[in-house]
Order: sequence, then structure tokens, then C-alpha cells
Amino acid sequence: MFEQLNVSAADLRESAYTVYQDGQNGLMAMFANDERSINGNYAIYCVFQRNLNIVLIKATLDPNGVLEYPSISPRIAAAAWYEREINDLFGLRPVGHPDLRPLVLHENWPSDVYPLRKDFNVSTLVPTAQKEYPMAHVEGAGVFEVPVGPIHAGIIEPGHFRFSQAGEGILRLDAKMFFVHRGIEKAIENLPLGKAFYQVERISGVCGVAHSLSYCQAIEEMAGVKVPPRAQYLRALVAELERLYNHVGDIGNLGAGMGFAVAVMAGARIKEAIMRVNDALTGNRFLRGMVAPGGVRLDITAELAGEIRKLLDDLEPDFRGLIKLFRYNDEFLERVNMTGIVPRQAAVDLGVVGVGARASGIDVDLRRDFPYGCYYDLQFTVPVYTTGDVAARLWVRVDEVYQTIGLIRQILDKIPQGELKVDIPPIKPYSCGFGWTESSQGSNLHWLMVGENNTVYRLFVRAAAYPNWPALTVAAPGNIIPDFPLINKSYELSYACLDR
Amino acid sequence: MLNVIRKIIATGTVTEDWNAAAPPLRSRGEVVVTETQCQDCQKCSEICPTNAVKVNKGTVTIEQNACVFCGRCVEQCSAGCLKQTSNYQLATLGGRLADDAGTALKRKIRSVLGRSIHVRHVDVGSCNACDFEMGHLSNPIYDIQQYGVDFVASPRHADLLMVTGVVTRNSIQSLKMTFEATPFPKLVMAVGSCACSGQIFGESYAIHGPVDSLVPVDIYVPGCPPRPQAIIYGIMMALDHPRLRRTAAL
Repeated sequence: MFEQLNVSAADLRESAYTVYQDGQNGLMAMFANDERSINGNYAIYCVFQRNLNIVLIKATLDPNGVLEYPSISPRIAAAAWYEREINDLFGLRPVGHPDLRPLVLHENWPSDVYPLRKDFNVSTLVPTAQKEYPMAHVEGAGVFEVPVGPIHAGIIEPGHFRFSQAGEGILRLDAKMFFVHRGIEKAIENLPLGKAFYQVERISGVCGVAHSLSYCQAIEEMAGVKVPPRAQYLRALVAELERLYNHVGDIGNLGAGMGFAVAVMAGARIKEAIMRVNDALTGNRFLRGMVAPGGVRLDITAELAGEIRKLLDDLEPDFRGLIKLFRYNDEFLERVNMTGIVPRQAAVDLGVVGVGARASGIDVDLRRDFPYGCYYDLQFTVPVYTTGDVAARLWVRVDEVYQTIGLIRQILDKIPQGELKVDIPPIKPYSCGFGWTESSQGSNLHWLMVGENNTVYRLFVRAAAYPNWPALTVAAPGNIIPDFPLINKSYELSYACLDR
Repeated sequence: MLNVIRKIIATGTVTEDWNAAAPPLRSRGEVVVTETQCQDCQKCSEICPTNAVKVNKGTVTIEQNACVFCGRCVEQCSAGCLKQTSNYQLATLGGRLADDAGTALKRKIRSVLGRSIHVRHVDVGSCNACDFEMGHLSNPIYDIQQYGVDFVASPRHADLLMVTGVVTRNSIQSLKMTFEATPFPKLVMAVGSCACSGQIFGESYAIHGPVDSLVPVDIYVPGCPPRPQAIIYGIMMALDHPRLRRTAAL
């Protein structure tokens, strides 16, 4: 299932293009690691998906030479943000990159300080720089700019959007993100694996289960332990509950993009019922505290299982009623059909995942393609729509809600008896591995290298939001600016997941 | 249209009083220190992911503002000194609303605000759980508007800034500018353990610190995230709201 190619950084472009095959085998992630203390080199990893296999290219870069490598972005668009991030955090320069503006570190960060290198001490006081952050724009008669954010009008996360407008029509959209960049990947370096778990669980609120599961599965894979079946079912249960509350909330919230208050309130009401069951099951409304490395911390009682079943029985007709408000409502359909289209080819080029991909005709779901935990034993279908518009992303979510309800019922029916947790034995220092889950937004990928005494040497987190955010800059142009909230809400991407 | 009306009528009123729903049995709230023999083993302070638990010569103290209520310390304690409760009413007042702050100023602030307060949200580095709980305040179950609280789009219309998250380096400017744009009495509420203590991620090149390291904070609402009821409790406390006094009298 895994294939690894080792090359020198100078040959990275050639090998990457060979594996990429003009888009046949998409780039899933790309990241760097400072391995000077292990083997004397910097390493750049590129993860490609070739059918149902993973091809990992590891390119090594001599720290005593010139710190640059040939950029792979000219032909692999999905690499553009990854290469900018590596340039910011490691100072490894992709030569030939078409747009090498800063990404993660803003204008306040001085040049020539690279925080993810191992010789950067976290206690260093970094002076505030006064640089410029150039935003992409359009020039011409009658063209003007609309800046939005980072503080938005509603209760949402921060990001800065710059619209180049001709009248109401959007000509171009550029996004400046990473306002909530907390440097979590650096902050957890050298922490014991068990302790770092709590920071990983808090990368994002709405993807907490997905992140903690990806992280734990990477650890368990390396440690060679098998999670007890009962724990696997309980993990799947919370993962599906997470998908359910997110999807229901996001579907209702789409109405907020067009002032359809009844739908917003119906979605919020159903979501609140799910949040309360989350609280009853795990002691936290965002399902924190269930997953732990090696298994789960809490068991389910017959009473709680009954509560979840009752939730589903009440929710299903209520949710159908909500969808009826959309499905046969011309005013609503007028707004969502043909709005914010991301064509299939653009989605393939950008490596879009999850709901966004499935709405643009790409049939992917890690639970089915690379099953983990107990998903081998569960039955579900993966909805795919081809129009790539706001409506398609809505209908994908709607179909997935019904699938998730089915999955939760199966889990409750099939859950076996047994242990909840196994211990994590010492892991061989400097072994590395992947963990992945399909979060409510799409594939969630963690790459972990373990240091001495079961500590974190390096964790790279690629949430679904990472490849999906650039898709918004494709979806928006050609629409009118009042449709942007709709387009944004149809993706409903987490800023915290991306920014880390 | 008929479908919409049918849905509204069929649903009816679902709004609850803010403290009507009791937290479920497993709900993880405040960790309290019970009177037992601490063995000074330090296991609780070592396991704490946010350094909220400190043990000094057999006395355990828990910094509520930093606690993320994971309950690991309770699991580790073999002497049974620690107990996790479901208490979420943990908001405290600081700054100009603190107990020892000037009474005249406090009275003036409260008289300016009355019982109606307009709120602007500022996310400066949150994981978005706090943001979503703030969003849930407007759902029909909590319906925060029944208490005279409304969310506004601009800091220029706001009496209160609700700030979520640790202040990241990239958010310093936006928090400063938002604070400057807010008119007097510009109360600030730190929502969640990140905003209150800034300790969860430890030291990082990208983090400036808790909210009060940059702007003065008047209300602290700890929680990871604080449930909507905990946030309402904090707002009512700040306003000395009669509905809170009535609850306390019961």
C-alpha cells in the first residue's frame, strides 16, 4: 500500500512529475522536516495517491549547500501553498514558484528567521517586522477592491478576503489566512505523545475527533498495537456524531447566507439536540475526552445507547422537514443552483477533498478507499454530484446525513464487548508514519515522527481545509459579491484547521 | 411558503430558561479539591496538559482559568483528593468590574449599559469551539436576545467585546484596532481557557499570550469550550442582571 522513493532535492521536480502523471495521481500533502540531527539533512516529503496506494517521495537537501530545490508548483497546482509554507517555516526555497509571497508568517515576521528549524528556540523573542503583505488584485478602469476581514460581521473565524470587483461581479478573490496560526506543530515538539494529544485535540473544535483519531492512529501504527474492537466502534461512533452535528448545523446555516431565518433556526435547533447527546456521552459538547492513544477513555452504557437511538429517531423526520424547505423552494434554488461552481478539473488540480470534491464529481472517501478502525464492517454509500455548485455541496451533505444516521445505528447494533484501551509500548526513535480519517470536511492527514522516549519529534497536520481553501478563489469569480457568503458556507471550512 | 409556515407552527416554542437544562451526569466541569490526604506524588501536576494544577507541600491548587476540564488529574490521583463536578458557573469578574474595583465607576458602567448590551465577537486564535458555542447562543433554545443581548457587526456599535482564543502574533493588530474602535465603556470578556490563561499550547513563536496581555479584561469565562449557559452566566454577572439575582435567591 505504501511505496517510498528517495531522491535528492535537485531531482524532486522530475520524480514528482513522473508520479503525478499530469494529474492522474494527485498530491495529498507536502511538508518538510529538519532531520539534521538524525541524518544531516533537511527532508521534503511529497505524498501522492496512486489509485489505492500511497507514493511517498522523500527528497533530501544538504544543509551546507544552497537551501533551494526546483518548485513542483508550475505543473502541480496543489503544491503551491505547501511550498510557500515550507519556505516560511524552514527557509527552503522552491525555485520557479509562480507566487512566493509569505503564507503562514505575516508582515510582522522578520526575514531569515525560520521557526520550524530545530535550532530555533521557542523562547526566542522575535522582533516585530514592518513588511508589506501584497494582495493579488486586478487593474483597469472601473475596477475597485473590497477588503473583508479579518474581523467579520458574524461570529466566525478570522481571515482576510480581498475582492477585485467590477460593479457587483467578482473578478478575482485573494485570501490572506493564518490569522489563528498558533504554531502548534512547534509547540508540541519534544512533548510526550500522551500529553501532546491534548493540544492535537484542540487544533480545531469542530474537527476535534478527526484530529485526535488521525494522531492516535499514527501512533498506534508505529507502536504496532491493535486497538480493541469495542474501542474502534466507540471511536467510529464519536466520529460519526461529529459528522452529524457539523453537517446538520452547516446545512441549516446555509440559510444565513440568504436571510432564510426559518432554516437557520431549524438547523440550529436540531444541532443543539445532538450537542446535548454529545455531552451526555463524552462529557463535552464537542466530543472531547473520548478518544485516547491506544483506545478510548469512556464506555457506553445501555442507557446512553438508548438516548442516541432516540435522538436519531426524532432527528430523522425533523431533518427531512428542514430539507423540504429547501428542495421545493424556487427562491432558494435560484440562489444555490449554478452559484460558486468549481469545475471537476479545477478540483482535481487543487487536490480538493471531502464534500467539495464529491460535489465536483470526484468519488473519494477515505473511510471507503483506505478504511481504518471498524469501517471495514460498516455499510455505507458515498454520494457524488457533478455540478460543483453550492447546491451540489448542499445535497452531498444532505445525503451524507442519512448515511451517517445509518452508520450510527449499525455501530450501536454491532458494537462488541471487550477492552477499551491498550498501552502504547516504547516506539523506536525516529520512526515515522501516517494517520488519517475522513472528517466532516474531508480527509484529515497527520504525519508523525517520534523522537526519543515516545516524544513528538515532528507532527505535520494537513486538515481537509488546507487543499479546499484555494478552491474558494476558483469558486468566487464570476459570481456577484452577495453570493460569496453562500459559497463560503457551502464549503464551511475551518480556519483553525488550516492555520494550526 | 406553506411548507415554511407549517414547519414554524409544528415546531412551536422551544426556548428555555438559561439554566433550565442541567448538565448531564458525565459532563466535565469544575475540578474541586476535597479534603483528603495528599501524598505529594505530583502525578496530577505532571499529567496536566496546561499546567493548571500545582501541588505545594501537600496542598493542591487548580487555576480555573487555565483548566481544560480533561479530568486527567482526577484519574491520576490515587489519594482521591480531586473530584470533577459538572459546575459550569465559573465566570469571574476582573478589571473595572472586580469586587475591589471602584464602586462609582462600576455603577456608572452598569447604568450606561442598563440591561441591554451589544456584543462584538473577536477571534484572535481560537480552535473555533468557543466561536461555535457563541453562535449557539442565538439558537432558539438559548435565544440570548431574551436577556437584552445582541450581536452586532461592528465594534463601533458594541458595548462588549467577546474575545476567543489565545492572542496569536498574527492577530495582535486586529485585536488592538478592534479595541480602539469600541466606544466607552468597552467591556472585554475573555471566552474560554485559551483567552483567559493562554496556557494550553505552552510557549510558541506564534502566540503572544492571553487576552489580558494585550487589552484589559473585565470578565473571565473559563471552559474548553464554555457551554452556552456558562457564557450567559458571565454576561449576567457583568450586568448584575436581575434574572441572575433571582436565581441566586432561590
